[in-house]
Formats: sequence, C-alpha cells, structure tokens
Amino acid sequence: MAKRIDVKDLDIFYGDFKAVEGVSMTVEPRSVTAFIGPSGCGKSTVLRTLNRMHEVIPGGRVDGKVLLDDQDLYARTMDPVDVRRTVGMVFQRPNPFPTMSIKDNVAAGLKLNGVKNKKRLDEVVEKSLKGANLWNEVKDRLDKPGAGLSGGQQQRLCIARAIAVEPQVLLMDEPCSALDPISTLAIEDLINELKSQFTIVIVTHNMQQAARVSDQTAFFNLKATGQPGRLVEVGDTQKIFSNPDEQATEDYISGRFG
Amino acid sequence: MSTVTHVGEESTRAKAVTLPDMGGKSSGRAIKDQAARIVMWSAFVIACVPLVWILVSTLLKGGHMLASVDWWTLSQNGITARREGGGAAHAIQGTLIQGAVTALMSVPIGVLTAIYLVEYGRGRFAKAVSFMVDILTGVPSIVAALFIYALWVTTFGFQRVPFAVTLALVLLMIPTIVRSTEEMLKLVPNELREASYALGVPKWKTIVSIVLPTAFSGIVTGVLLGLARVMGETAPLIILGPYTKSMASNLFDGLMGTLPTMINQDRTEALQPAVDRVWGAALTLILIVFVLNLLGRFLGRFSKVS
Repeated sequence: MAKRIDVKDLDIFYGDFKAVEGVSMTVEPRSVTAFIGPSGCGKSTVLRTLNRMHEVIPGGRVDGKVLLDDQDLYARTMDPVDVRRTVGMVFQRPNPFPTMSIKDNVAAGLKLNGVKNKKRLDEVVEKSLKGANLWNEVKDRLDKPGAGLSGGQQQRLCIARAIAVEPQVLLMDEPCSALDPISTLAIEDLINELKSQFTIVIVTHNMQQAARVSDQTAFFNLKATGQPGRLVEVGDTQKIFSNPDEQATEDYISGRFG
Repeated sequence: MSTVTHVGEESTRAKAVTLPDMGGKSSGRAIKDQAARIVMWSAFVIACVPLVWILVSTLLKGGHMLASVDWWTLSQNGITARREGGGAAHAIQGTLIQGAVTALMSVPIGVLTAIYLVEYGRGRFAKAVSFMVDILTGVPSIVAALFIYALWVTTFGFQRVPFAVTLALVLLMIPTIVRSTEEMLKLVPNELREASYALGVPKWKTIVSIVLPTAFSGIVTGVLLGLARVMGETAPLIILGPYTKSMASNLFDGLMGTLPTMINQDRTEALQPAVDRVWGAALTLILIVFVLNLLGRFLGRFSKVS
C-alpha cells in the first residue's frame, strides 16, 4: 500500500516570490519523516506540494519533480484530484465538517466520491475509527455532530477521515499544535501504529515529538531573512539529533536559535 | 460598564510593573464618559421614535380591520370607497405571488453569482462583476421599473402584466442576495475547503456538498430579508402593475392587486371606509415583512458558521 516519495530539485513559488529552493530528498515507504525548522522556513509549504495542495493558494506553483513510486505528481497528465486521493492530509487545526455527524465525517471522502453502498460505508467508518483509536469513545454516538467532540478527538476524527479513503501516503501539518499533552500522546501513539500501513510525513515545531515519532528528520531553514527557505540536512533521526553534519542543524536542535 | 473593566485591567497591569500612585479615575474622564453615554442613548431614542410611532398608529387605526375574517378571505370586488366590507385577500395574495416568483428568479442568479465571486472569481472579470453588483445595489426602484417598462412595453410591445413587475423586482433583489450570500460564503472557513480537497473531492463537489450546506441557513436568512424588502417596493407596481380590486393569479394576463397598490389606490379617497382599508393594508404589509424578518433571524440561529 505505502509508496515511496522522491523529491527532486523542487522550487516553490507564491506568485513571483520564491518561498523554497532546491529541495531534494527521499521518503521511504512505511516510515515516518519529520520536517523541523523555524517558523516561515517553508516546511509546511514543502509538505503541501506533496499532494498538490500548494496550488490551491492563488499564485502557488512549483518547479521540479515529486515522484510517487516513479510517477511524477506534477506531470501534465496528472489530475490533482487523483493525487489527493492517493496522498491524504491532516491539518494543523482539527477541521471536521460542521454539517456532518461523526459517521458522515469519516465517510465523507468516499461518499463525496460516489460510494453509496451503506454496508461498505459502515465497515469503512468502523475500520477507520478503530484505526484512529477513536472507535471506543464514539461508537455510541456516531450520529452526533463531529464538532461536539473535544479537540484531540476531533483531530483523531480528521485522521480517521483521511485514512478512510485508503491513501498511500499521509501528510500531517503540525497535527498536535492545537492539542494538550495527553491528546498529543494519543496522536503520537497513533502515528506509530499507522506507519505499518502508510508512508507518513509530519511537520512539527516540537523537537521532542520529531525525535519520538520519526525515523528520518529533515531540517529546513531560511538562507537569510527575505531569502527562500531550503533543506539544510536530512538523515536518520538519531543521527540528526546526536551528530548532525551541519552546524546550523546542531544550533537549532540544541536551542541556540530559532 | 466598559470604563470600569478598563480601569481594572490597568490596575492589574500596574501591580506587575509597580507603577507609582495610580491616582484613581480622573474626573475629566468621568464627565466625558457620562456625556458620551447621554449622546448615545438620546440618539438611540430618537431613532426609535418614528418606528414606535408608525407601529402604534397603524395598530390603532388598522388593527380592527385585521381582526375580521373577511379581511383575510374576501377581495374588494364590487366594493366602492363609500362602502364598508370586503377584504384584502386579493392584495395579500398578489403580494405573496409576486414575491415568490421574484424570489424564484432572483435566488438562482444571485446565489450562483455569489458562488462565482467567492469561489472562482479572479482578476478583471470578477472585479467587473462585483462592480456591477455595487451599481445595481444603488439603482433606485423607479429606475429599475422604468427600465423594464422601456424593455417590456416600449421595445417588445407587450402589455403591462404582473410578470413585468416581478422582472423589475428581480433587478432590485439580485444585488441584495449576491451581497448577503457572498458574506455567508466568505464566513465558511477555508480549512473546510482544504479538508475536502485533501480527500480527493473535486472543487465543484466541495462547493455543493461542503460549502453550501455550511452556509445554508445564512443564505436563507439573506434571501428572506431581501424578499421582505422587495415586497414593500411600490414604484415598480405603480408603473408596471396597475391595481385591481378582484382576485387575480395570472401573472401573464390582466391586472393583479397588491398591498402597496391597494394603499396607493385607497389613500386618494377621503371617505372613512377607504381610510380604514389603507391603514389595514399598511399593517398587513408590516406584518408580512415582520414575519419574514423573524423567520430569517430564526433560521440564522442554525448557522454553522459564525
């Protein structure tokens, strides 16, 4: 199920402004890769190019290649809607659909893409909620609105919604930044379980979190103020946190700047 | 009230920084506060005077008309200004029919325009459309009526029929629907659209299944408020829809009485039965608009966005 991602010489623009420059890296299937770096260095922007969500922003465009098992996501013939079905995404703030029940939220991706079979939908809802460690908490109130859950539950609902469409890759944009430590722990445990099925890329501001959940860490930074962001270093999480190659990485990790 | 909390905030901050002697509330500021309060309240009271006055006098002078069953069930067919009796059913029915048909035409155009402006509109064309809507908002109702007259009667050579009235009302209703729907769509958080895109849902489906349901009650509220406004419009009725005393429901033939034209007709008579009917019709119109407003606000409470 899970696929490998190759990023080659990726430049990312907002209109005429070059936000990120020259990113090249590989993400192995069934692994967790963490993006760390100071605010505004482009890590979320890079993440959003991996499922073509960057171009949703007016003026957003990219140069370079993103390959998913050797398939170019930015090929002329590639439909961004198909890309997003393959590469799912969880956002910074939990965003369940306010008009829908818990069940409908989870089934939304399938329903809106035309799946009508009730039995199949029910199965997917149960499987996805179990996959997101939320089933036991909500199984008695599946028809209640999703917005009535706590923040941490809402975020797990959003994860259930994302995995219900059975993507190959799961992108997470600071999924715990709006949550308390206990909910954060629940999500981190979940990431550890999910990586047996999915390729996961997570953006985080919390370095302990990066160290706890990821196999590989990528450190992003701005060249200088007003300059585009770039990938400084990428490698095994253990190596990045104990013995990085770049001085900038070590300074950031040890808290000397950023 | 606001002054009190303000002072409270300052003093807590002062504790942290240990500023010297805060001195308490200065008398100058207290006087200014009092003066501003008096000005505000008197402005509010002055604004309320005409409203209360209108309500009370229409209630006193027209209330007894609405109390009879005839008022709601009979027309003015065969009844002269000199005679009492009959009802306003023909006018109520006319106003409701014309309002409904106007809404039926304006809502699709207005809502689709708003969707274009919020979800798709980029660049020069969208700016032009938005500018046109602004201009349309400012068009006086009599100008809209004359435009339709020039088109319908002068150019095409058709008769003045109730349908022409609704066309003029559509011109007046579209901009209010576009603007209110636009506001509601803008309130739908972008995160919901992105969540839907990230599930591999195409843009049009996202708008139909996520954005519109989220904004639905707000859009309905806007439509009802726009409808309430349009139902009281008189200029298009006077120019395009002459009054008749009998029941009528054909939009494309003959005349159709409405509440504004009933008022306009009977106000020229100095006789008491006609005067009573003027007040009665005015109160009925206020009542219909009021009910629509209430319904709009009530539905607005179910809004999923805020």
